[in-house]
Amino acid sequence: MYGKGLRPLSIATVVALAAAFSLVFFYAPLDADQGFIQKIFYLHVPLAIVALVGFVIGGVFAILHLRRGDGRWDAYSYVSIHMSVIFGVAVLITGAIWAKASWGHWWVWNEPTLVSFLIVFLMYATYYPFRYAIEDRDRQARYASVFAIAAGAFVPLNFMAVRMAQSLVHPRVFATTDGGLPGSMMLTFLACLAAVALLWVTLVKLELTAKSASGQLKRLRRALDAPPSGGSPRIAPEVS
Amino acid sequence: MDLLPIATPALPLDEAGKYVAGAYLVFLVLLVVYVSIMAAKLQRMERELRELAGFAEQRAEEPDPEKVTLGV
Repeated sequence: MYGKGLRPLSIATVVALAAAFSLVFFYAPLDADQGFIQKIFYLHVPLAIVALVGFVIGGVFAILHLRRGDGRWDAYSYVSIHMSVIFGVAVLITGAIWAKASWGHWWVWNEPTLVSFLIVFLMYATYYPFRYAIEDRDRQARYASVFAIAAGAFVPLNFMAVRMAQSLVHPRVFATTDGGLPGSMMLTFLACLAAVALLWVTLVKLELTAKSASGQLKRLRRALDAPPSGGSPRIAPEVS
Repeated sequence: MDLLPIATPALPLDEAGKYVAGAYLVFLVLLVVYVSIMAAKLQRMERELRELAGFAEQRAEEPDPEKVTLGV
């Protein structure tokens, strides 16, 4: 059911990523300050935005799960968070590379944007042991939803706190009155943001499809394990 | 508190290129690793499905013990 439309979505994602990266390297001008290094911005920032929005989306799905009691929303919430954690790994690594090239350090502990993202990432890294420490499926889904809502609410609060911290180091290129991104850079950035968001949606859909297929297989195994007509159960072969 | 310089001089292209290539390669590698894991999962599910289908066919071919006992 989740696999419907996955193929066109995947093709659209590949096309969007190819177009966006073409704009990065063949259209967007070189930055006056940072030069060629600034090209990392078009990958690092969209990944960070999509990861953070994905965490919030995971919280919204968790609210729907608690309100409606449908396990489907819990699956959406789990997969959204899972995908955002993977994107978060990419954000941290690409950010460290950019920091090394720009500042000469892989990591800067007095930079609020970096540290706050790390805090958010580590908080979501605890989602997995927290979730799988609970054996009962219903309780697991409920507790994981509460976690996702609380953590999802923390993400925008954290973002606002960092904006208020007024860092002198991390570049602020949006919403500045004197010198935001020029049009060609903004267009390239938006194309990259759209492509990365599309990638997130595609991978979420792929993960949900795989989870659904795995669930159907388990159901099939249970049905085959059941005795045909009152006889003793016959165990279907386990595949490691 | 030590503050890092806000605007450091831009790296020359040959040096900057390594970092940019590194960042984009990391993204690509992560994507490939994720897709490979998903492909491995899919293969495992396919194998399991094949075995379950074989098991179901084998079960369908076996005579029903109750029907045999009752002589139906």
